[in-house]
Amino acid sequence: MSNDKFSDATTGVGAVAEREQVPPGSSPADRTDSVPAGTDRVAVGQQALDERTRRASVAFRRRKLKIWGARLTLAVIIIGGWQLFTAVGWVDKFFYAQPSGIWNRLWDYFENGSEFGSYPDQIKTTMQEALYGFLIGTGVGIVMGVALGLNRFLAEVLDPFIKVVNAIPRIVLGSIFIVAFGIGLTPKVLLAAVLVFFIVFFNAFQGVREVDRNVLNNAKVLGASRWHVIRHVIMPSAMTWIIASLHSAFGFAIVGAVVGEVLGAQQGLGLLIKSAQGNFDPYGVFANMFVIAALVLIVEFVIERVERRLLAWRPKAQSDAVMV
Amino acid sequence: MAGTAIEIRNVTKRFLTPKGEVFTAIRDVTFTVEPGQFCAVVGPTGCGKSTTLSLVSGLDRPSEGSVWVGGEQVDGITDGVGFMFQADALLPWKTVLQNVALGLIFRKVGKKEAVERARDWIRRVGLAGFEDRYPHQLSGGMRKRVAMAAAWITEPKVLLMDEPFGALDVQTKAIMSNELTQLWEGSRPSVLFITHDLEEAIALADRVVVMTSSPGGVKEVFDIDIPRPRGSVQEIRFGSRFLELHHEIWATLRDEVERAYARTAGV
Repeated sequence: MSNDKFSDATTGVGAVAEREQVPPGSSPADRTDSVPAGTDRVAVGQQALDERTRRASVAFRRRKLKIWGARLTLAVIIIGGWQLFTAVGWVDKFFYAQPSGIWNRLWDYFENGSEFGSYPDQIKTTMQEALYGFLIGTGVGIVMGVALGLNRFLAEVLDPFIKVVNAIPRIVLGSIFIVAFGIGLTPKVLLAAVLVFFIVFFNAFQGVREVDRNVLNNAKVLGASRWHVIRHVIMPSAMTWIIASLHSAFGFAIVGAVVGEVLGAQQGLGLLIKSAQGNFDPYGVFANMFVIAALVLIVEFVIERVERRLLAWRPKAQSDAVMV
Repeated sequence: MAGTAIEIRNVTKRFLTPKGEVFTAIRDVTFTVEPGQFCAVVGPTGCGKSTTLSLVSGLDRPSEGSVWVGGEQVDGITDGVGFMFQADALLPWKTVLQNVALGLIFRKVGKKEAVERARDWIRRVGLAGFEDRYPHQLSGGMRKRVAMAAAWITEPKVLLMDEPFGALDVQTKAIMSNELTQLWEGSRPSVLFITHDLEEAIALADRVVVMTSSPGGVKEVFDIDIPRPRGSVQEIRFGSRFLELHHEIWATLRDEVERAYARTAGV
């Protein structure tokens, strides 16, 4: 079988060789020139194929370059336009700030610190809250999601309660947490955890429910115990869903942390935004906003790396393949 | 070995459809498979062939009647039974090696021994060098080989096969059938093989059970007396005895197929 496949592949090359060997319009004389006597036809075909592959990879790189060029242009248009319009005065920089001013403010933050202490400390505070919330929310979400996915009775009993809690605008819970736990780390972690929990929970639950019946039955017939089934079949299957949810989950963790800080805090990026808002200082708001965006992007990059490692078994998407 | 390998006694299986109606998949099915016998079940689509198999494996329970494997009544997953499914049932997140070793790991065989035996089986089904591939990186035929190795590695006394080669192209199917025959002639487990392909059934089996269309029941049982070893399936089917048997069994099967077709086509 495997041999059949490989021999197919070689005949494939042979076929290309025959087509490639004679460029359209070439005379027999050209042919003897380009193909020295005794040269293996397949070898020539191989050259032609290499040439094709080379050209394809050049085209691929050129396309990448084009995309990056377009991206850069778009960024310049947006930021440059913003700078230009505020400089000319079509847009009031008192309300909408100015890119150069935002940059200076960032520089200032890192150089001289913020009004609540050194800037890296503010970043650290917010990241800490978001990460703790992310970890707790993810952990509880996975455990609850898998547990309810495995237990139909429990799932049906809890269903209306979960729907009600899910319908509450959860940001409001931040106020309750602050009243209950003060303005320290805890309420922000809790708020972030609640936001993350629901996303991960629903995905874990669905992931458990979507397990392929054939795969499940196969494992059972092979003698898998209940624990084996959970470990070897249900968890890996649910993992694809859970990991997909983690992408948006960290964004929500940051939302929880920042909103918690806006509601009441002694440190953090959210507090800086709130204070900037109080001082009619759009530069402070934008500067912190961009820092938060950068943090989320960095963490998402890490999550994507982890995803690629954990889900190595999945077929690559068709669009990842490059046509040669 | 005492008694029969598989005995199905007056088994009826009903399902409740989502609309609340009772659907009888099989009614009063009785037949046996002797130890070391290769038994094929043929019948039109929807005649309850797969249902019968899931009852023998213990994945499902009969509504009436009883199923006995190796002298013991089936109650829960049957021990010592291998199963090859119609659809892909490999664990997509495990490599070829891990998939083949799975049955041993579940049976608490030491990891080192399990891996060693899995390697041996991978070699036997001609996939040496593919141990670390994931199922999606293999062709359909190669995946079937993995499934075959995974089912045989536990050395089951009874093998259940639900149209295992149904999704393969004709050539690959013939190759796989030959390999199955060779494996089977090596260790001689009892096999219950489901197919809708009568030629495949006669070429492989010692006994062919023809089922009626829904509700499924046993219409007739034929013993296939083509001597073994039979050689490649591509050649068996031109033998005169093969043609005779084919003619005879097809006469029985045709009515059922036509009736099933008329029902689904609404004629």
